[in-house]
Amino acid sequence: MRIIGTGSSLPSKTVTNQDLMEFLDTSDEWISSRTGIRERRVLSNESLLQLAFGASKAALEDAKLSPDQIDYILCSTVQGEWVTPGLGCIVQRELGASCPALDLNGACAGFIYALDMADALLKAGKAKRVVIVCAEAMSRIVDWTRRETSVLFGDGAGAVVVDGGEGLLSIRLTTRGDSEILHMRAPTGNSPFEGNPAGQDFLHMAGQEVYRFAVGACVEDLRALMGETGLTAGSIDYFLLHQANLRILEAVRSRMGEPPEKFPHNLERTGNTSSATIPILMDELNRSGALKPGQTLALAAFGAGLVNGACLIRWNP
Amino acid sequence: MTFEKVAAVLADYKGIDVSTIKPESTFAELEFDSLDVAEVAMKLEDEFSITLEIDASDKTVQDLVSRIEGTK
Repeated sequence: MRIIGTGSSLPSKTVTNQDLMEFLDTSDEWISSRTGIRERRVLSNESLLQLAFGASKAALEDAKLSPDQIDYILCSTVQGEWVTPGLGCIVQRELGASCPALDLNGACAGFIYALDMADALLKAGKAKRVVIVCAEAMSRIVDWTRRETSVLFGDGAGAVVVDGGEGLLSIRLTTRGDSEILHMRAPTGNSPFEGNPAGQDFLHMAGQEVYRFAVGACVEDLRALMGETGLTAGSIDYFLLHQANLRILEAVRSRMGEPPEKFPHNLERTGNTSSATIPILMDELNRSGALKPGQTLALAAFGAGLVNGACLIRWNP
Repeated sequence: MTFEKVAAVLADYKGIDVSTIKPESTFAELEFDSLDVAEVAMKLEDEFSITLEIDASDKTVQDLVSRIEGTK
């Protein structure tokens, strides 16, 4: 499997840390020292569907493909526009594609899980070209009356097109089921048969525990992939880590023993856009010309589930 | 012995003088936020080859020492 096109789409509205001080007891100093985030984009007058469609269309154009050449659309999202239909189905309609489309929820590791599924589809001969789009509206699931989570996240979409060429060197996924340290309940409706229907819940996160899980899982994944392929950290050109928190990136970087230039980041502008962080970052690097054919990229992500996943790819568009 | 090792890890992590760290020093005084505490807990796990559970009740260096020694 190789990535042959990238795309991304961010909402137009920027909310700075300063803006948040108007209604939250927080500060730019607290948010940026704790996370590295200075501003984020949030949905205001566009839809998540528009972001997902925009990113997918851009990725197809980058790959120089038309929608009818796509065999499968995988859409990673924690919460789409609708509980049903899946967001991927409507992206398919908007693109004018005619292939199967499926949503998947791998939380912040959704992109890696989707890459693995696409790889399986390609190897099984069920698809020759797959669009993976990660589209997240975190602004719709954080509690904006509480600073603990609302300052951390942003909205956005990133997409890639993959085909069966050479590129993926190794990939690994891990799930450790846990609904305690990072969770949000789904609405429970008004069934008269279930007692105490929950109302609107929001994202809950135990910061220290999630930090320790994230750093530990990410380092474990990267070391395992390097062990499996014989590649060293020194031979990896870029580490594209899930853009959750600059402190997590630094903790992983120091354990890898590699310089900061190998750990690009954009979370200072985007916040944590869940599964969209890596494809958005990849698209920015691709369009800036930072990615060169033959380079080795390590992608690693971690999220609610608890899930984590990582892969090594040779950049070969 | 445990305290000296813990103090060394904390001092090295923050780039501060180890002599400023006392058992009763609070994380707040040392300017360690909760993610700093999480990070040093991971470093202490490596240093002592143990698993270290910490929570909001851990506020001082002595709390970490006690956790490591199994007395908390």
